[in-house]
Amino acid sequence: MRGWAKLGLGLAALAAAGAAVGWVLTAPDPLSAAEIAALPQGDAARGQRIFHAGGCASCHAAPKSVGEARLQLPGGVRLETDFGAFVAPNISPHLIDGIGNWSAGDLANAMLRGVSPDGLHYFPAFPYTSYARMAPGDIADLHAYLMTLPPVEGRAPPHEVSFPFNVRRGLGLWKRLFLSPEPVVALAADAPEPVALGRYLVEGPGHCGECHTPRNPIGGLDKGQWLAGARAAEGQGKVPNITSHEQGIGGWSEGEIVELLTTGFTPEFDSVGGAMADVVANTSQLRPEDRAAIAAYLKAVPAHPDGYQPTQTQVAPTQEGG
Amino acid sequence: MKKTILCLSALAAGVSLAFAGPVEDREALMKERAGLMRQISPMAKGEEAFDAAKAQQILDQLAENARPGAADELFPEGTQEGTEASPAIWEDFAAFEAAWEKYAADTAAAAASKPQDQAALAAAVGQIGANCGSCHQPFRISNN
Repeated sequence: MRGWAKLGLGLAALAAAGAAVGWVLTAPDPLSAAEIAALPQGDAARGQRIFHAGGCASCHAAPKSVGEARLQLPGGVRLETDFGAFVAPNISPHLIDGIGNWSAGDLANAMLRGVSPDGLHYFPAFPYTSYARMAPGDIADLHAYLMTLPPVEGRAPPHEVSFPFNVRRGLGLWKRLFLSPEPVVALAADAPEPVALGRYLVEGPGHCGECHTPRNPIGGLDKGQWLAGARAAEGQGKVPNITSHEQGIGGWSEGEIVELLTTGFTPEFDSVGGAMADVVANTSQLRPEDRAAIAAYLKAVPAHPDGYQPTQTQVAPTQEGG
Repeated sequence: MKKTILCLSALAAGVSLAFAGPVEDREALMKERAGLMRQISPMAKGEEAFDAAKAQQILDQLAENARPGAADELFPEGTQEGTEASPAIWEDFAAFEAAWEKYAADTAAAAASKPQDQAALAAAVGQIGANCGSCHQPFRISNN
């Protein structure tokens, strides 16, 4: 009996140790006090560009907002995914319902580490896996800009996420696998300036990969198929391949990519729809050199075939429909 | 009984002869629309010499292509599957129809403005083109 008791005790100790390790492995990992202290003073004028580059309004403006209304950020856009429905929160500078009492450090923790001011993990529907590649100074500028926007009252409804995905603590493990500030595409040290700027804008604030790259079953991006196109994470349809593969945009000139980011028209004068129409509302506000840089980077991204399976209805269209 | 079946199949044949099908019709319409925009765009941007007669001809074709009043006939219920039409069209058909009619009205106004120089043409084409993104944003998905 004493042997059994010992074994039981040993197992309990092991379980406790396992739980302790799990607790440590899943812990939120905010920026250090030194990193927060090193944030520069933000500049709202510069932050406006980061706001558009980051596409903040696409999710945080009220659904279907256009024009000036895109600067009111009560949240409310729903992202319906395989893991549940995520609802973008109020990030207007309202003191109670928004982020009016956040410091630049709070915003940096949210965007670079996916950690809230009260120390909880955010769901990666908020694309901090991309924002983690941003320069801290840009986040300080963005914070300064956000504080100049109108405060909007009212909270967006809560997320509708079921077990086990609603256990936020578990995201700590997920982050260990998928959260990294490292760039995705390695560039030569002497890569042209626009390509490097484009990489920053696309991989960081622009978070293009979040929709244009396929995901694995637990929702991590498959960087081996970077920007190869994917099944839409929410709603129906496909997100196109934007690598320079022939199935992607290999046939496009940089000027044609710039045209799309400015007006929404493809070289065939098709006009992009869905979420990309929102993206164009943002990219059209960037500096011309920013759009040119995005185009230069996309032409430099390794070519991949489509990252999604062809649809079953891909059989040649018949004339019988009616 | 046999007669009824015969009549019905004759009717069915007649119907499918009369219409190629709303999906084919609307896709052809959209393709033609893109082609016309592609033709007129270089002139509107000043990349090509301004030619009032040629511009007017394309604007008139765009106005005709806009098909005011045809939204319900081209987008009947149950024709979403496998197409790039978003289910949102049928969730709020009135909103879709309003966007459809706004495009038709803006296109008709652009053609009626009879632009006589590049700046006027740029404004006219801009008025038409602004509709593309604002309607595709809620009502179109990528499914190719």
